[in-house]
Amino acid sequence: MAMTMTQKILARGAALDSVTAGQLIKVKLDLVLGNDITSPVAIKEFEKISVTNVFDKTKIALVPDHFTPNKDIKSAQQCKAVRDFAHKHDIENYFEVGQMGIEHALLPEKGLVVSGDVVIGADSHTCTYGALGAFSTGVGSTDMAVGMATGECWFKVPEAIRVELVGKPGKWVSGKDVILHLIGLIGVDGALYQSLEFAGEGLAALSMDDRFTIANMAIEAGAKNGIFPVDDKTISYIEAHSKKPYTVFEPDADAQYVKTVTIDLSKLRPTVSFPHLPSNARTIDEVGDIKIDQVVIGSCTNGRIEDLRIAADILNGRRVASHIRTIVIPATQKIYLQAMEEGLLKIFIDAGCAVSTPTCGPCLGGHMGILAAGERCVATTNRNFIGRMGDVKSEVYLASPAVAAASAIAGKIASPEAFDIA
Amino acid sequence: MILNGNAIKYGDNIDTDVIIPARYLNTSDPGELAAHCMEDIDKDFPAKCKPGDVMIGGLNFGCGSSREHAPIAIKAAGISCVIAKTFARIFFRNAINIGLPILECAEAAADIDEGDALRVDLSAGSIENVTKGKVYTAAPFPEFMQKIIASGGLVAYTKSRG
Ligand code: SF4
Repeated sequence: MAMTMTQKILARGAALDSVTAGQLIKVKLDLVLGNDITSPVAIKEFEKISVTNVFDKTKIALVPDHFTPNKDIKSAQQCKAVRDFAHKHDIENYFEVGQMGIEHALLPEKGLVVSGDVVIGADSHTCTYGALGAFSTGVGSTDMAVGMATGECWFKVPEAIRVELVGKPGKWVSGKDVILHLIGLIGVDGALYQSLEFAGEGLAALSMDDRFTIANMAIEAGAKNGIFPVDDKTISYIEAHSKKPYTVFEPDADAQYVKTVTIDLSKLRPTVSFPHLPSNARTIDEVGDIKIDQVVIGSCTNGRIEDLRIAADILNGRRVASHIRTIVIPATQKIYLQAMEEGLLKIFIDAGCAVSTPTCGPCLGGHMGILAAGERCVATTNRNFIGRMGDVKSEVYLASPAVAAASAIAGKIASPEAFDIA
Repeated sequence: MILNGNAIKYGDNIDTDVIIPARYLNTSDPGELAAHCMEDIDKDFPAKCKPGDVMIGGLNFGCGSSREHAPIAIKAAGISCVIAKTFARIFFRNAINIGLPILECAEAAADIDEGDALRVDLSAGSIENVTKGKVYTAAPFPEFMQKIIASGGLVAYTKSRG
């Protein structure tokens, strides 16, 4: 029976020759991830299972990134619970403030995920690692607890939607525009219980950072996972970051897909998702006059070095509008350092931005940039649900780093084309 | 298992940020979470929810983050069962894993109105609308999931298998 790329990885994890959509299987895990919100619940559940040790202390990653550096006493207690557990079980991949970053930017950078891996994370954006040709998906704390105890997780084998990318994107079109456009096309439940499998010659034009951004938001279409084929760019990324052995899987030529969605990258425009759903996508030409109060450039979606370079390119020698709070959050310490060495941080600070240590912070309305009633924010994050970044009467507009930087200067949602210097 | 309660109805795409906003995720205490359940779209929910009530959702119920705090908050608020047209997949897993009964039934979710008296037979997957005098049937769970539910959640199930 022909299989999709996801099905092949799951079949290997389940030690089966083949699997078919709908089949319930138990799969061996290469990595189990948790953060400071989901791990405390998982740790309590773990302690209810009668095991003394975790299944493999090298295959668990704990990243306190949401409310860190601890935003209040309660979050300090949650982080302490995670830290104590990591210490007690000698967890190799525990990342303390000062070494940490936003989990989904950090794990690939640390080489903890490679192609062919099966990864679960108690965080919905765990699907990010599909960019590396891994099967990775978000689960809850109980699945994480059982994963830590047994090294296994049950799955229903998903069907897949094939996303065929053709053409080359224009200068100001990035991975973020591709995924916002796709979610706009298929809806927030357009890929419910399914995989999004990317394919096509258009892939060659997408950098690894673009692919991480796209895979990151697969969940925003309801998908179980989003996955990219492994090409030269993937291999050089993996080899530069990891010593782990990797396996390359390809979908069978006659694999079955529920449908194929074709996106011509050359026709895409910078795209903005309006409140309160990521599927409310409009092109920059359709946004109208939307005055804003805040801009956030960061998150597991768009806090990588390429994102910061694009934003800095636009902000270089300019200033953000006087009434705008612009908050730039490099996603990891390494990215922060790189941005410093490349002079990007100076550009941001000269332009009037606040630059923060890595944290999820405002992305989930945690800290470091909460919105008041009636305020609007352009954010490079991934969710614009009601109350996501603060008051229930605030609004979040999702966009690329280029649109976010241009909007910060203009004081309203603006196209980066207005600041084209080339 | 038979559940009796009145319907509390919401629309499509009820996301985990409205079920339990992230500003309350600095705790995992079920009682504290329940006190803030649904507050961004329905401030009165904790007050109006009586033990046993049934929550009705539309499409893609529970979309968004993986926070298990969402089904925990709903359960701790007293909801006995959630019926929706479809569930987002992580919420679906989490509900089963923590032992919050859920049923996928588009017909019931469309037909039931706020306040309708319901009688839900979980093992048969049948939903009786006492107010309207109708019966709807939900898709049954695969055997494996029924075992998890019968054990009282994934942790108990895992434990029972050594
Ligand atoms: S940056 Fe936002 S979406 Fe990403 S892990 Fe953190 S809170 Fe979740």
